[in-house]
Amino acid sequence: MVKTDAIIIGAGPTGLFAVHQLGIIGLKCEVIDNLNRAGGQCIELYPDKPIYDIPGIPECTGEELTNGLLKQIEPFKNNFHLNQRVEEVKQEKNSWVVKTNKGNLFSAPNIIIAGGVGSFEPRKLSLKEAEKFEGNQIFYSVTNKDLFKNKKISIFGGGDSALDWALELSKLNEITLIHRRNDFRGATHTLSKIKEKEQEGKIIIKTPYSLKSINGDKTMTGIEIENEDGKLEKIKSDYILSFFGLVMKLGPIADWGLNISNKTIPVDTKSFQTNKEGIFAVGDICTYPGKLKLILSGFHESALAARACFKRAKPNETYKFEFTTASKSIHGRLGIIK
Amino acid sequence: MPKITYISHDGKKNIVEVPLGLTVMEGAIQNNIQGIDADCGGSMACATCHVYVPENWFHKLEKMQDAEQDMLDMAYEPNKNSRLSCQITVSDQLDGLEITMPIKQT
Repeated sequence: MVKTDAIIIGAGPTGLFAVHQLGIIGLKCEVIDNLNRAGGQCIELYPDKPIYDIPGIPECTGEELTNGLLKQIEPFKNNFHLNQRVEEVKQEKNSWVVKTNKGNLFSAPNIIIAGGVGSFEPRKLSLKEAEKFEGNQIFYSVTNKDLFKNKKISIFGGGDSALDWALELSKLNEITLIHRRNDFRGATHTLSKIKEKEQEGKIIIKTPYSLKSINGDKTMTGIEIENEDGKLEKIKSDYILSFFGLVMKLGPIADWGLNISNKTIPVDTKSFQTNKEGIFAVGDICTYPGKLKLILSGFHESALAARACFKRAKPNETYKFEFTTASKSIHGRLGIIK
Repeated sequence: MPKITYISHDGKKNIVEVPLGLTVMEGAIQNNIQGIDADCGGSMACATCHVYVPENWFHKLEKMQDAEQDMLDMAYEPNKNSRLSCQITVSDQLDGLEITMPIKQT
């Protein structure tokens, strides 16, 4: 079990700035996120889209902002625990014990939930039968390419993931690429490679088609696809790979005994504490009168929540407000030698 | 104020007045209409405000940007009448607009 001063759930911009605000007041933290990298919505939904309302930064992309925040928290050397979702939160005396779906345990007097709209998960196929074959014959990501050797594979989606995997797996077998419209959304060179493979007969493209049904009882044997005019076509498939991006799900947060209203957590704006002592919520996931879902609001919320963590983390010390421009102890924590 | 009709997947109608300039998505959120999630808050990044616009209204809407089509690829059961409601701005021309919401957004 890892013991620390605060556990931060969510590595988006707000969570990252919480690391900074805890760090400059001398508190340690551990950050947990379900994605495979830090950045949250900024990196997952709009890495290339410019943001124009970060104070002092006239224009930056989601990726640039994330990189800047990561650089800013480097001195604090906090640990990131990625690719895992927090499943359980339990109280033990004056501490909170957090367990992830990978079985990792953390203990701290404070939790800062910076979970955005919830954790990112792959968007699943809408057909009910898809659940039955998920993990065996239907996948939303690829972990083991060997599984697909000499098999019939149907890939759904029109973006980079679908196109990249169609290209990669077409080296091993015949691929059917199915998309709801004729246009694909992908890098130009990827699209031209797909065309090449189509001419070679390695990739069969079916557009504008969507999945209509999945055939097979214990084992999936094939699928049926339908176009907009109702034309049906059967395709033999051993495997389905589906790439429809990510969705955000509140997930287990709903089970931790916190007040939740409209998928957000009401907080007290003095400290951003929730209805549970020592559990704070900041960023898009918190709500209060006048709440704005802006990154800059998340920064302010993190600053106040971090100060509120001090009392429970160091009950025998008194928190003293200091400026980064003048404080020798802050300079020490930042590793600035003067 | 233009009236917008939100029809749930099982046919329940909700008629609300939406101020000019707001989007159809914002009209739903501000009136607590279930069926439009709008997880990203209207930045055309999540496809959870997906709606179906009937043929007679579809052509009256402003043309879709490529980015909206790209996002609709991710939506739950899109068809040729699909739009993202965060990209439909309410105007006097849209008074009486009816949209249908999918059975779910994710």
